[in-house]
Amino acid sequence: MKQIYLDYNSTTPLDKRVLEVMMPYLTDKCGNASSVHHAGREAKTGLEGAREQVADVLGAEPSEIYFTSGGTESDNLALRGAAYYLRKKRNHIIVSSIEHHAVLMTAKALEKEGFAVEYLEVDRDGLVLPEKLREKVTDQTAIVSVMHVNNEVGSIQNISELSAIAHEKGALFHTDAVQSVGKISVNVEDLGIDLLALSGHKLCGPKGAGGLYVRSGVKITPLMQGGHHEKKRRPGTENIPAIVGLGEAIRLAEQTREPEHARLTKLSDYFIEAVQKRIPNVYLNGPRDERRMPSTVNLSFEYIEGESIILSLDLKGVEVASGSACTSGSLDPSHVLLAMGVSTELAQGSIRFSMGRFTTREDLEYTVSVLPEIIERLRSMSPLYHGTG
Amino acid sequence: MAVSGGVDSSTTMVLLKEQGYDIVAAHMKLWDYKDVGGETSHDGRCCSLESINDLHAVCNAYDVPFYVLDFTRQFKDDVITDFIHEYRAGRTPNPCVRCNTHLKWAGFLKKALELGCDYVATGHYSRVAYDATYGRQVIRRGVDATRDQSYALWGLTQEALERTLMPLGEYTKVQVRELAQRFDLKTANRKESREICFVADDDYHRFLREWEARQGRGFSEGDIVTADGKVIGHHDGVAFYTVGQRRGLGISNPTPLYVLRLDPEGNRVIVGDDDDLYSREFTVRQINWVALEAPSEEFSADVKIRYLHRAAPATVTPLGNGTAQVRFGTPERAITPGQSAVFYDGDVVLGGGVIESGKIS
Repeated sequence: MKQIYLDYNSTTPLDKRVLEVMMPYLTDKCGNASSVHHAGREAKTGLEGAREQVADVLGAEPSEIYFTSGGTESDNLALRGAAYYLRKKRNHIIVSSIEHHAVLMTAKALEKEGFAVEYLEVDRDGLVLPEKLREKVTDQTAIVSVMHVNNEVGSIQNISELSAIAHEKGALFHTDAVQSVGKISVNVEDLGIDLLALSGHKLCGPKGAGGLYVRSGVKITPLMQGGHHEKKRRPGTENIPAIVGLGEAIRLAEQTREPEHARLTKLSDYFIEAVQKRIPNVYLNGPRDERRMPSTVNLSFEYIEGESIILSLDLKGVEVASGSACTSGSLDPSHVLLAMGVSTELAQGSIRFSMGRFTTREDLEYTVSVLPEIIERLRSMSPLYHGTG
Repeated sequence: MAVSGGVDSSTTMVLLKEQGYDIVAAHMKLWDYKDVGGETSHDGRCCSLESINDLHAVCNAYDVPFYVLDFTRQFKDDVITDFIHEYRAGRTPNPCVRCNTHLKWAGFLKKALELGCDYVATGHYSRVAYDATYGRQVIRRGVDATRDQSYALWGLTQEALERTLMPLGEYTKVQVRELAQRFDLKTANRKESREICFVADDDYHRFLREWEARQGRGFSEGDIVTADGKVIGHHDGVAFYTVGQRRGLGISNPTPLYVLRLDPEGNRVIVGDDDDLYSREFTVRQINWVALEAPSEEFSADVKIRYLHRAAPATVTPLGNGTAQVRFGTPERAITPGQSAVFYDGDVVLGGGVIESGKIS
């Protein structure tokens, strides 16, 4: 059976070029970057090379990049690290209501620890309205966190405007850029970012490595105690092969960013149009224009449950998700779609198709060819459907 | 293919795979340990993470797609809520019957059809097939009489049965274990599933107390009385008693005492001698006819009134509206309201229902 992977927002296949640069570090170059001997120096070279690669893409200094195990850890370190450090002076945290759980659950945990947390509403397209932030931010706000690109619907936030509002009150600005780095321009100076989380495995890099950008001068309290790694902000022996892979993955993504963006825009436009032409009552969630990451296509199929679509597509070899991978399998509708004002019924019938480097027009044509039959079958069994069938 | 994590469903899956069926395996998640309580170490038991991981491995080895489907909400609404309501009403429920009728052959079957499947298969030790004599889909007892599960399947509709495969009905448990060894199934040596899956420690008193306490509900204490109304003891809620029960009454009496009847309205538990437990007649409600199309004339059948009861000859008189009167040839012990009564013709399930009330003869 064909296997068509359309779940790039969950994770991506490893690019063979990335594997190639990782290989020596998985085998011969086995050192610990903290060791003084030759093997240690080799590892250190790999580590610092990756740091430069990441810094280059973000327009940051290598000294501002800290390696972690991935996006979730980076988000935790950013939010908790900044909140704990500022606790005595500022006790207020603002996050958007469509954050990934790595931010949302961290904010909820901090709320339990005594911080005052507020959630920013979004509009119908999944965009944070700057005036909403202006209403909430005060001189007690320690940190504002708004994700750059939403993982479920692909909405792209106006980060520079939001960060400027946060800075007016002296608050730090964090962004979860896991879905944007390497896909659109992410320059920490242009965007006015203090803290930024990124991950390698969303970019055809390996799982198990992520990064946190911390603007020079911004103080955070580390979450773990240990050795001197990562300037004590993230102790623990660095995962050198994965970090080297992360660096190369980001470099590669950035190198082809613009043509790749154009290619995915074309594919995505074709896909949305083809599906809506063949199947009635299908709605795109998120902006229809350039304020949406083209590689993310979140569709609501009226009258049916997303889970049945996912499983039926899987049986045809097409791999997709409902909402974020972390909530798949639970029957609760996506918090992102609900926050956007999508009805519970439509939210439950939503599917996320997410594409990337190895997605081809043929993959989408095949998906378009199997989808109508599945939707028709499910609608014919749905008590809610009295439509054209 | 409904897979639980036990040896029976895994073996069924491989058997069907060998017969050339194109299989999708799905595990029904019915409840969470955090909601039902009762056990701190869940290793190796049904619905534990470990058993799901084993299922993953088995399905992967046989290249069968495997999904976990969440039915916790429906299970709570259709099975657990009813379970509690029945005990509170002085009856003794069969949650497995309810789960089969309201979940496995309802929501689960629907999901299977949604995924484009033609049949659902389960690892029950019973046989399902069209029978020309009856002109209907019928359920028969399994070849292994000691494992037969037809008692819990009476609620299945004709439409559901048309879509059902139960290959293990042709095998004994010993044969299934051998097959599982031959197939080298990781699940081959799993412990048997317990009596009521969501009462992990088999202590339903504990379950009722904890579940109801979380809803802010308690149980009212009352009197234990003899049939002529004499108060001889004290109970802590009729829900904690079952007809025929002897233990746990907390009364010293020259002769052993048994629960004869529960009176939830009067909040009384009525006790008496073992002899008083025997009766011949009772009514049945919520009947589903399986091999017969709703009969109007009375007929003879072997009637089974609890899982471990040996079906006994009786006359069944349909009363319409899904009810019937049953009269045994000889008195039977502890006819228990809430339990299922299943009517058999030999191995064939004619129909079944829920025992409404026993009558002391």
